[in-house]
Amino acid sequence: MSALDYAAHTIAQKVNAGELSAVEVLEDALARIEQVEGRHGALDYGELTDEDRKKVHAFITLTQDRAYAQARQVDALVSAGKLAGPLAGVPLSIKDIFCVKDTPSTAASRILSNFVAPYTATAVERLESAGALTLGKVNLDEFTHGSSTESSAFQPSTRNPWDPDRVPGGSSGGSAASVAAGEVMLSLGTDTAGSIRQPAAFCGVVGLKPTYGRVSRYGLIAFGSSLDCPGSVARDVRDAALMLGVMAGADPRDSTASLHPVPDYLAILSEGVKGLRIGLSPDYMQIAFPDPQTGALIRQELPAEIRNATLRAAEALADQGAEIVEGVPMPNMVYGIPAYFVVSRVEAASNLHRFDGVKYGYRTSSEFRDLHEMYRKTRAEGFGLQPKLRILMGMYVSAAQYSEQYYQRALRVRSMIRADFESAFDSGGAYRLDALLTPTTPTTAFKIADIYGDSVLMQYADQLTVPANHAGIPGISIPAGLDGDGLPIGIQLLAPDFGEEMLLRVGYAFEQATADAAWRKQKPQVLR
Amino acid sequence: MTEYETVIGLETHIQLNTETKIFCACKADSWEDPPNTNICPVCAGLPGVLPVLNEAVVRKGALLAAAMHSEFRLKSFFDRKNYFYPDLPKGYQISQYDMALGNGGYLDLPMPDGSIRHVGITKLHMEEDAGKTKYENGRRYVDFNRCGVPLVEMVTEPDLRSADEAAQYLIRLRQLLRWLGISEADMEKGHLRCDANVSIRPVGSTVLNTKTEIKNVNSIEAVRTAIIKEVERQVELVESGGRVEAWTLDWDDTHHRLTKMRSKETEADYRYFREPDLLPLELDEAWREGVLADLPELPLERRARFLQDYDLPEYDADILTADRPISDYFEAAVAAYAGDPKVVSNWIMNEILRMLNEQGISADQLLLKPDQLAAVIRMVDSGTINNATGKALLSKVQQTGKSPLEIVDAEGLAQLSDDAALQSVIDQVLAAHPDEVMSFRSGKEGLFGWFMGQVMRETRGKADPQLTKQLLLDALSKRD
Repeated sequence: MSALDYAAHTIAQKVNAGELSAVEVLEDALARIEQVEGRHGALDYGELTDEDRKKVHAFITLTQDRAYAQARQVDALVSAGKLAGPLAGVPLSIKDIFCVKDTPSTAASRILSNFVAPYTATAVERLESAGALTLGKVNLDEFTHGSSTESSAFQPSTRNPWDPDRVPGGSSGGSAASVAAGEVMLSLGTDTAGSIRQPAAFCGVVGLKPTYGRVSRYGLIAFGSSLDCPGSVARDVRDAALMLGVMAGADPRDSTASLHPVPDYLAILSEGVKGLRIGLSPDYMQIAFPDPQTGALIRQELPAEIRNATLRAAEALADQGAEIVEGVPMPNMVYGIPAYFVVSRVEAASNLHRFDGVKYGYRTSSEFRDLHEMYRKTRAEGFGLQPKLRILMGMYVSAAQYSEQYYQRALRVRSMIRADFESAFDSGGAYRLDALLTPTTPTTAFKIADIYGDSVLMQYADQLTVPANHAGIPGISIPAGLDGDGLPIGIQLLAPDFGEEMLLRVGYAFEQATADAAWRKQKPQVLR
Repeated sequence: MTEYETVIGLETHIQLNTETKIFCACKADSWEDPPNTNICPVCAGLPGVLPVLNEAVVRKGALLAAAMHSEFRLKSFFDRKNYFYPDLPKGYQISQYDMALGNGGYLDLPMPDGSIRHVGITKLHMEEDAGKTKYENGRRYVDFNRCGVPLVEMVTEPDLRSADEAAQYLIRLRQLLRWLGISEADMEKGHLRCDANVSIRPVGSTVLNTKTEIKNVNSIEAVRTAIIKEVERQVELVESGGRVEAWTLDWDDTHHRLTKMRSKETEADYRYFREPDLLPLELDEAWREGVLADLPELPLERRARFLQDYDLPEYDADILTADRPISDYFEAAVAAYAGDPKVVSNWIMNEILRMLNEQGISADQLLLKPDQLAAVIRMVDSGTINNATGKALLSKVQQTGKSPLEIVDAEGLAQLSDDAALQSVIDQVLAAHPDEVMSFRSGKEGLFGWFMGQVMRETRGKADPQLTKQLLLDALSKRD
């Protein structure tokens, strides 16, 4: 039996107990990577081969030496009779949007392709101090700008372990795929509009986006600073809880990190759902997008398989004693994507200013006459299409003459979306929900190149996840079955600020209730 | 020829003298540090870093806002000012835009002719400084040491009416900043930077004409000269039928001339928006009161009080409020002396200021304490020592740190005011110089001073001058 068959919490227990060595776990993980990974993403990648099309390609950089050093340190601690931390010996991957000292930290962009970070992000630092083994940096959409990981400058981009012809979702596609393919037990991702939850749903793993400010953003290369949340990608709910507990909490280097006390997320995991009020909203059973000609909202029901998976999950929770509250209105969620388009791009355009070829990262190698030409060439050559689109849009909607019309208005929409959640969760209100249950995504994983290039349509992959980012509330995506093509379907649970315990408790109850379901026995294609 | 009036507004950048930078733990002051040696990932704008606000900056900002009569916002916001420049590592400056720490304000500026110029404040906000760029051998070099140094930007209304008023404003501002202890306010070191917006209009007009902006003026004298030159240029231009254009002008301090940096046709769009990496700055009354407990009486208020309560001339009041140590010293000495404040003022302006200048120290660093100064003045008043001894005694106290009385006793400096003793010295002097006595008595009265000198020499300066004069006159006019 491979160490990789254990969950992270089991590995940590066994390593701390001296029943398993961290080096052994690491070697199993490296063997798994050897088996499923294929070549890592690179700038100069040439043609895709048939072999490439069967592999996962989760990593941009493998940090084997770092992982070995950590594993030896863990084993040394254990032999000295000490505890090596709650994640002792657990293989971990890091979305390559986090800075890790002495490792390339690329944001999947040419413009940072040669950047080696001189410091380590707070979340990574905490995971490593807890004994996790950092196997490497995994692929993503360039600067997290996308929902399929296809926009990475490092190709081949990550493929879905359940069907390598399909995308893993994004932007944390490398994170979700590396966990699904068993290359690592845990991955650190980020979620700005759904970038943890959507790939988790596509890859059949658990993805937790905590409350905004629950996990420090220090060291996370920013996309939309008011929306970005580091979070857990894990194989099951308990592991996601374990990982969150290690990362969460105040950080003197991030003043937006909350001082709210961090509970023991494992403590009430198995308390069940008896008496809890779980909501269903008809607004989450459709997507709505503006007609490109008229601007009128076109509403489209979600595929039956996805709606049914959500309803079945509600039944399973009801069987455990939860009270299901139907018909919860979320009237403003239809504006989530347009408002997100504006807010995230304004912040992105500003956040991307610093990549100018002056201090670090890529600088044009061609001739330039003056400073402005150096800027123009560096940014034209260094940024891919997605960051460029976001910069253009962001500059436009934050210009003095348009700011009121777009940016300020989008901020008001954010408040309205938040108000929808507040009334649903209000303990004195009509619905008094403990959690809202929804599908995570409008579809299961789509085929590579099917949607890429239509950045509007791509954005609608986030319609069900983005409201939580606007509101700042936590959300989790949990596997809830397979569709007719054998692709994972995810359900999403949402709770009020700092309601991670509730999400984990309900999610864990659902996992227990469906432990024997046939779809749980299925393995991703790359592992069959 | 039309008579013109000058209209000036000043934009000042004040470097606060905090220990550390505004958003990171690097030390704030990099004076003479080699380039890029006082930086960290945060102030150098590396990917993924976040700012954390230094509370000391807010405290100093709050003191300045109070001193400028600016409304203090208990809730203010930081905003991003976006632009590209190599010495701006993040590509945006964290500043405050529409909801800054201070709202409005003013400074009532006393002018040398006794009038008051009311100068309104348009803006008072906190922000981070950018780095420095220099050109050498055709290359551009960037130094990030100054990135993240805390600044307060303070902008006046176009309320100043002459180069002298602009200079006065800067003098008073510098005095205030040092008084509050919030900035070294040294213009040569860039702690206080000033851009001047200058326009002219016919006297009696109230329109605001197109202005030019003068940059890079790094002394108060340079501000004055540059404004005078620019006003001359504008008047000549308008008189010859030209039109003033909205230029930015660079002051060349070596050649004392202005050169055009760029035209300012359109306002730059900085795409301001709230800084999402910092929470709104929310303070409460208790915090504010705590900070304002440290707010001292301000220099102009104290100056007014010195005029009123101590009946000092304006000249004295200005000098004795030039800085806080000298001002506090004066007040302490007046209290200890319990006599005419003008007497204390004279001693300080003559003796103490000279001492401070010679030693290059400030009044709070003197070994000679205010009550000791008062004691010396009282000894002179009572005739225990004479004036010259008093002055010498001050230096001895300052040198040794001993009390004046101790020194007087030890060195026998007490004035010779015993009639008999003094008479005997005078008798000896007259006996030793019969020729001079003869000359005096035959009408050379100019010799009297010489006799005084002889007596003083014999008594090593301890003779009471009044008594000596009396006794000497008597002795010389005696005919034997």
